[in-house]
Amino acid sequence: MSETNGNGNNLLQNSRSLFGNIGLPTAIIAAFWLFTLVVGHFVGISMSTLVSDTIKRAGMNGILVLAMVPAIQSGTGPNFALPIGIVCGLFGLVCSIEMDMMGMGWLLASFSIAIPLAAFVGFIYGKLMNAVKGSEMTIATYTGFSIVALMCLAWLMIPFRNPKMGWFIGKGLRETIQLDAVGAAQILNNFLMFKMGEVIIPTGLLLTFGFFSALVWLFFRSKSGIAISAGGINPKFAQAAGLDIDRNRIFANVISTILGATGIIVYSQSYGYAQLYTAPLMMAFPAVAAILIGGATASRAKVSHVIVGVVLFQGLLTTALPVANEVFAGTDLSEIMRMIIQNGIILYALTQVKRGVQ
Amino acid sequence: MSESLLQFKNVSKSYYGNRVLTDINFDVKKGEIHALIGENGAGKSTLMNILFGMPVITSTGGYEGEVLIDGKLINFKSPHEAMYAGIGMVHQEFMLIPGYTITENIKINREITSPNIVSRVFGKRLETLDMVQMNNDARKALDKLDMGIDEFIMVAGLPVGHMQFVEIAREIDKTGIKILVFDEPTAVLTESEAKNLLAAVRRLADKGIGIIFISHRLDEIVNVADRVTVLRDGELVVTKDIGDTDAVEIASLMIGRKVAIDRVQSDTRKISDEVFLNIKDLHVAMPGEMVKGIDIEVRKGEIVGIGGLAGQGKLGIANGIMGTYPSRGDITFNGKPMKLHAPHSAIASGIGFVSEDRKGVGLLLNESIELNIVFTAMQVGNRFLKKKGPFRFQDDSGLRKHALKMIKDLDIRCESPLQHAGSLSGGNQQKVCVARALTQDPIFLFVSEPTRGIDIGAKKLILDLLLKLNEEHGMTIVMTSSELAELRSICDRIIIICEGRVEGVLPPDASDAEFGLMMSGSRIKKGKDSSGGRAPNV
Repeated sequence: MSETNGNGNNLLQNSRSLFGNIGLPTAIIAAFWLFTLVVGHFVGISMSTLVSDTIKRAGMNGILVLAMVPAIQSGTGPNFALPIGIVCGLFGLVCSIEMDMMGMGWLLASFSIAIPLAAFVGFIYGKLMNAVKGSEMTIATYTGFSIVALMCLAWLMIPFRNPKMGWFIGKGLRETIQLDAVGAAQILNNFLMFKMGEVIIPTGLLLTFGFFSALVWLFFRSKSGIAISAGGINPKFAQAAGLDIDRNRIFANVISTILGATGIIVYSQSYGYAQLYTAPLMMAFPAVAAILIGGATASRAKVSHVIVGVVLFQGLLTTALPVANEVFAGTDLSEIMRMIIQNGIILYALTQVKRGVQ
Repeated sequence: MSESLLQFKNVSKSYYGNRVLTDINFDVKKGEIHALIGENGAGKSTLMNILFGMPVITSTGGYEGEVLIDGKLINFKSPHEAMYAGIGMVHQEFMLIPGYTITENIKINREITSPNIVSRVFGKRLETLDMVQMNNDARKALDKLDMGIDEFIMVAGLPVGHMQFVEIAREIDKTGIKILVFDEPTAVLTESEAKNLLAAVRRLADKGIGIIFISHRLDEIVNVADRVTVLRDGELVVTKDIGDTDAVEIASLMIGRKVAIDRVQSDTRKISDEVFLNIKDLHVAMPGEMVKGIDIEVRKGEIVGIGGLAGQGKLGIANGIMGTYPSRGDITFNGKPMKLHAPHSAIASGIGFVSEDRKGVGLLLNESIELNIVFTAMQVGNRFLKKKGPFRFQDDSGLRKHALKMIKDLDIRCESPLQHAGSLSGGNQQKVCVARALTQDPIFLFVSEPTRGIDIGAKKLILDLLLKLNEEHGMTIVMTSSELAELRSICDRIIIICEGRVEGVLPPDASDAEFGLMMSGSRIKKGKDSSGGRAPNV
């Protein structure tokens, strides 16, 4: 952070370097979040609830945001096809319920079904991304949409029998499956959970997020990780250095899809419900918005961007909604505000794509 | 015939303090073909940009001196103004719309229109095209060039030679055309097409149009031009009547005696007779640098230079062998046949490559110097890695140690090995590129344009470094460069590439004229007349 020392010139330079390091969108969102917190305090909203919620939501969304890092680093841009990973995760999760797994067993079974599936699907998706170089982001968005639509049919038609997740009348899976029923709601959140004053710290959830963040961070310091990044920054350079860029891009998208699958399982247990059908449709957008707020560009992303971004973005949402409801009582502005902020950020970030690549 | 149509008086131009043109005085008379010749970077394009009022001139502070047309001082602010004043240009690359007919291409944006009901309401832009009138005009322009081709044919599918004529027809259809600039008009034409074109140029001149003819084909210039002006390093060397000179003289004037970098040779060098790299019939599809069948043998311990003008294909050779552009041919390296289009195996077999595109291919600009140095060795040679479980992580301390050694050995001026490569000066960036190639421990090195865009002091350092590598480590080096002087300073022999083929091989101490003639593809023996004709490749 810059220190102001009264000198006008220095102040200008400092503020420039401040924005240089943190980025204008990050700074604006941070300032806005602080502003809503202050307003919230004056309209009498419990700060500890807000902070607890922020931590919880950051933790549950974290891995989904993390899924953006490999995709961006490899040069395919933010993974707008995150729903592909998400439906893989959901599929693992319902299969695990079908097998009557409970608690931790359910969680591990979900992971072990979802991850191989996501790896396979991610491989095919990576091949698709290589075939459409130059328009990855648009194609990815619609691939995500299509998969969700396709899975709507699948959820209806796959003959699952476990009554915990079927409709009461008719065939197919319910829209929302309560994870209470398998003893898995908040199973990670409650692990080693403690209270700091009024603030709830979901230790297990944060540890999980931290674990995956560390994995991704380490990965990008490994030989393959460096090769993937180089291919993303400068394909010509990577090619001249004898790298197989296409293979690296596929690999990166496999990792991204796996993270998406893992992320939705962690998300669902924290939420307490697994949401099927059209719920995953728009889930890529908050994740993209979060990493961009964190300071990533459409061509460069780091794990630190994920952490900063997910805290800021989820913090702003959790705070802005009750505050907006309180300030504009009787209206339902909160959802509209969420849409404006989220899509505004994505729009801003996408206009910066060229500048990011230089 | 003698009145001056166009005059340049003491024209100078600098870009950001870098002088590219100094005191140019020359003139074009009515009905004259005035040839302009010079190496790449001699200032031909800058001079034409000034004439056309291109934004690149006006936005960099204009130029000094005066340009006069018909004795009147002009200062065009845009190419549009130049066009209205009667200056036209025939481009080397065709600016034609393939899906339009010849007439439409000739008349584009200058269509002849007649009013109709809609246009009376909505304005001139919606008037009907008068195709009959337009076809007539196009016909007239084509007839002036003796072109029998029908004006209503689509441009797509026309032979290249005809496209060039359509382009010329468009220029002469503009009313009041006074000066026509031809920028290497025959570069893409076959011999017979070129002959037709030259005849057309002569006819245009006879109609009183002043022609500036830019070309590096000396035989053409000798055949068609009335006078020739030679530019070198931004200065006008001489303007001569074509009758008073010949191709050999023009060639040696073009190359000239540049500041020579002293040639030092030590006795310790060993060049064996073993053919280390054998290139047979190499074709490379590198846009702008096509290689069309090249045979080269490189012996162990040699420094071979590859020279030639830009766009002739010299840069394609290294790129084709290293697999950065599609290529075919038979390459034997170190006794083994080499797979093409496989950068990984080329690097693994011990060939290092310093690319001519330093910023694009050579460096990760936003990454640290140390990562740039070890990158290829890490990815291809699996060095600077530490194994931990299933993963191999970069070995930070080993990497740093090596980077510091390289920074010291090559004298890379930087603050720390963590500094971004993009923030270094050109010469130091080049050293980082060389350092990366050396880190692979190559036994053979391709170096392309090693001194492009770096200052003279740094140039010397890079060249000394290459020489040292060759002398002390016996490294075989193939250096490709547009700068003849630097090739002559360290190479054992210099292969000149022209039009994608080997034009010839010269010793470094061959005369300027020999180099000049060979680079311009005119293989005329000294003393012989300009009989022209291209020799088969060597």
